[in-house]
Amino acid sequence: MADLMLAPLTPLGHALPEQRNIGPVTLTEVIDSALGSLTARAGRLAELAERAAAAGLPLPAPGQSAEAAPYGAFWLAPESWMVEAPFASHEDIRAHLVAIFGDAASITEQTDAWVRFDVTGADLPRLFERLSNVDLARAPDHAATRTVIDHIGCYLVKRGPTRISLFGPRSSAPSLWHALETAARAAF
Amino acid sequence: MTQENRISGGQIDRARTLRFSFDGHQYEGHPGDTLASALLANGVRLMGRSFKYHRPRGVISAGSEEPNALVELRAGARREPNTRATVVELFDGLSAESQNRWPTLAFDAMAINDRLSPFFAAGFYYKTFMWPRAFWEKLYEPIIRRAAGLGSLSKLDDPDDYDKGFLHCDLLIIGAGPAGLMAALTAGRAGARVILADEDFRMGGRLNAETYEVDGRSGADWALKALAELRSLPSVRLMPRTTILGAMDHGIYTALERVSDHLPAPLPGKPRQILWRIYSRRAILAGGATERPIAFENNDRPGILLAGSLRAYANRWGAAVGKRAAVFTNNDDGLRTAADLAAKGIETRVIDARKGEEVIDTSGRLGLKSVTIRTPNGTETFRCDALGVSGGWNPNVNITSHHRSRPVWDEAICAFVPGADGPPGLSSAGAAAGRLSTHGALESGAAEAEAALADLGLAAPARDLPVAEDAPIAITPKWYVSAGKGRAWIDQQNDVTVKDVKLAHQENYVSVEHLKRYTTLGMATDQGKTGNVLGLAVMAELTGRSIPQTGTTIYRPPYTPVAMGALAGRSRGQEFKPTRLTPSHKWATEQGAVFVEVGQWLRAQWLPRTGETHWRESVDREVLATRKSVGICDVTTLGKIDIQGTDAGAFLNKVYANTFSTLAVGKCRYGLMLREDGMVFDDGTTARLGDHEYVMTTTTANAVGVFRHLEFVRQCLCPDMDVQLISTTEAWAQYSVAGPNARKLLQKLVDQDISDAALPYMGCAEITLGGLRARIFRISFSGELAYEIAVPTRYGDALIRALVAAGEEFDAVVYGTEALGVMRVEKGHVAGNELNGQSSALNMGLGKMVSQKKDSIGMVLSQREGMTTANGYRLVGIKPVNPAEKLTAGSHFLEKGAAEVAANDLGWITSTVHSPHLGHAIALGYLKGGDSRKGQRLRAANLLAKTEVEVEIVSPHFFDPEGERLRG
Repeated sequence: MADLMLAPLTPLGHALPEQRNIGPVTLTEVIDSALGSLTARAGRLAELAERAAAAGLPLPAPGQSAEAAPYGAFWLAPESWMVEAPFASHEDIRAHLVAIFGDAASITEQTDAWVRFDVTGADLPRLFERLSNVDLARAPDHAATRTVIDHIGCYLVKRGPTRISLFGPRSSAPSLWHALETAARAAF
Repeated sequence: MTQENRISGGQIDRARTLRFSFDGHQYEGHPGDTLASALLANGVRLMGRSFKYHRPRGVISAGSEEPNALVELRAGARREPNTRATVVELFDGLSAESQNRWPTLAFDAMAINDRLSPFFAAGFYYKTFMWPRAFWEKLYEPIIRRAAGLGSLSKLDDPDDYDKGFLHCDLLIIGAGPAGLMAALTAGRAGARVILADEDFRMGGRLNAETYEVDGRSGADWALKALAELRSLPSVRLMPRTTILGAMDHGIYTALERVSDHLPAPLPGKPRQILWRIYSRRAILAGGATERPIAFENNDRPGILLAGSLRAYANRWGAAVGKRAAVFTNNDDGLRTAADLAAKGIETRVIDARKGEEVIDTSGRLGLKSVTIRTPNGTETFRCDALGVSGGWNPNVNITSHHRSRPVWDEAICAFVPGADGPPGLSSAGAAAGRLSTHGALESGAAEAEAALADLGLAAPARDLPVAEDAPIAITPKWYVSAGKGRAWIDQQNDVTVKDVKLAHQENYVSVEHLKRYTTLGMATDQGKTGNVLGLAVMAELTGRSIPQTGTTIYRPPYTPVAMGALAGRSRGQEFKPTRLTPSHKWATEQGAVFVEVGQWLRAQWLPRTGETHWRESVDREVLATRKSVGICDVTTLGKIDIQGTDAGAFLNKVYANTFSTLAVGKCRYGLMLREDGMVFDDGTTARLGDHEYVMTTTTANAVGVFRHLEFVRQCLCPDMDVQLISTTEAWAQYSVAGPNARKLLQKLVDQDISDAALPYMGCAEITLGGLRARIFRISFSGELAYEIAVPTRYGDALIRALVAAGEEFDAVVYGTEALGVMRVEKGHVAGNELNGQSSALNMGLGKMVSQKKDSIGMVLSQREGMTTANGYRLVGIKPVNPAEKLTAGSHFLEKGAAEVAANDLGWITSTVHSPHLGHAIALGYLKGGDSRKGQRLRAANLLAKTEVEVEIVSPHFFDPEGERLRG
């Protein structure tokens, strides 16, 4: 084995994740979550659902997310989900999911395709009304949807009334972070 | 300065004094004032000059309909021209300048236009500037452009920020007058999610400007009470200083909130304005009505206002326009002005058109001094410095027209009211719906809210309607006074007179649309809010038709002018669009790399070293070092698409022109993707990682387009195929390592054997780097022995540093996109310039790649007539006959002696670079019959760059044509 030790950088380009408090909200760069896309192979949805149930992996309905241990998931498209798991235990998330689903699903590692920013605090709709057309005040807890923030395509997962996870393209992490900071300063 | 015309009462805070300046003079006002009310209180009636004739003008209204009192507000970069003084909220330190005058407002040399007015009648431009034709571009247009416009731009960058945002509600209520407030109370009490928006900074609409009572208290007090209740309702959002600009589709309304315009400058971090997109389930237009004037001779002097505005200044702002007033009216509402002014101690005379009385002339060059009237008893001139005119009220139907609904004429109020086919979900209440009494406004506001609640499935509360006046306005139409030879103004912003309308009629421009364009009636910042209906009525009288028969123009968004900055929002300058950073960005920045935007990506274009002063030095070094030893390039930006499923191979056969189902696991293949029309769409390599798993690469520019195309094929063309797609462009940091020492360098880092035997040309494998999961592809764009190596993106920064460190012993370089471009041209590889959407595989010399043994997208049409002609364009190499000469991309090929006309065009140069190996410029291009022209000499002429070079046509493969190096 080559004598090589590569050190990872966070999406914002630092050794450690960023956190910023602006008014009542806190923006946090989250790096302890692994992501894998899970899509049923043609005609294999029932089998996929059985295997997911056996593994305790939730398959939320369209527009929703669900959290369980160790797996959480949010809906992406018909018969397709993004699976979340703790990074420390599931760094190679694809291998874990293939072990569950075999060839009933197409599974792709997505961990480094996305940056996740968690936005927590009171009055989040007041911030997000400057960012996204999602009706956050009316969205139920665990809602998950695709949206566009400052021209950047994102997934928005409402974990609860005071916590939102935003998944944006990793290469645009600084742009998305800047959009969040700017909007928070303007809103509060 | 004293506020000589400040009178008692009004909703201003007299405890505080604000200082401001107009044309350099210092004045005082109070919080609650507008710039217009404060100027009037200070005795200033002259506020502007008209557009065409430079006539002295004053304010005529008290709202956003104002055509005259346009000023340049603020100074420096924040200077904003054409700002209506009637909607500018006074703040301490405000400075404003009059505009469209020279040298001063009182003495404007350009007023010579007024003397020459007989030459400037409607249609003057169309008649005068038609001949001689050659004069238009050089003479007429520059003169007109210099003369046009009112205020001037600062030409400095706007220092303020503008936000955009999204709001959602059950019921949007546009306007917070009595109808809007009553609607909001009704819906808010029912628990509906309500947004109540009003363009004014003080909600209440006309209630703030009137003296009559609502439920036993003043209208303004009732409005305050209603607003207090609305504030206590959690589902109601009050948005003062917010103009609804337009009705879009699906219940969406655009709104402009002026967050900071009432402050000297926005607070730190705060925007000046916010452009909101409001998603509503239902909406009620309660935007009130705008009074219209009666046209008479010299009706445009400063001091002549709309009657309702005259009393609004007195009642709301405690500002009198003059000491001696008169009111010229054709309805009872005008009488209210006379009564209110009299109650304030201002002597006011009434000229009632319904009694055969009319104003026939006025005097006072810079401000009204006297009025001449004609009554059944004869003519009379009397001193007067404030004249209120009321020709009736026009409901503000504008927003109901935004989906092309035409308003309908209501004979009872002599005005247009909203048509029945307005935007779905939008209804009208109050004066906007033609209900001009306070009771009518309150009642219709409640009724429309109840109807909306029923639609929304919510129970309306018991109706609790306050008691208010319900007087009819008793109008008798009176549009203009026909006596006199002077000019009677209809549209004061565009200097359109009754005579202009008559001229348009004489010349047969009788359609309202022609009338508008011929006379400019209703154009510019006020969009005819005070003049349109009047102009229409005059035309109706002239044609002997009714007003409904004459028709009406309809309104477009925006309702009032919007700053361009608000439309741009945060998307300007460096933040015009988001950027995408490559995994090596941090390292490249440390090296002083020069970046180029490729789509949203910032890619290193070249990486200068100390002592290099010209980009060519850096690029030549990078190319030479790569070909001599080894170079490293970040290729993460190439699109990567994960394709899985039992039909993945068949799917690739469908989307690629060449065959992929035969590709072995662990192998890569170059693929050519056609559009349905047979033209080349994109190219790239696709690797087979498993039995049912491939990873496709696309060009950087087309990554999104290719993914979208594949999804279309998967979902719409081949829904039965078992294939799943997802982008992994961002998931992997990928570097090209190219050059004779590429393998030696990589073998230092890769845990597995990557010898030629273990990983032959076009092989791929999943490997590890010090135990870390990685992928390796033996593919080459540079023509060298080359690999692409990929790791999870978070390790991309570490990997570039590791590659550079491992490459030190080989004098490895990191090269940018320029060097990449040089090497690909040297190898004759097509890229964006050749993949121009108009070129086929045959044009590119890749015709044999289009397999005839299978069906693929574009295969059939790539064979159609015209696509396969022998003398069609073919990709060729080009070099200058004189090696010292440069080539210019975009140059066209011509035979020697041929004229430089399109008929002689033989093709063009697509890409050109300096080849450091050959020591001269080389190029690729498309040439008619190019495959049989090698060795020929042609001219490459560029008429734009004014260059012409004699070139020789050669093979596009300038370097290592047999490809021995990449298989090394």
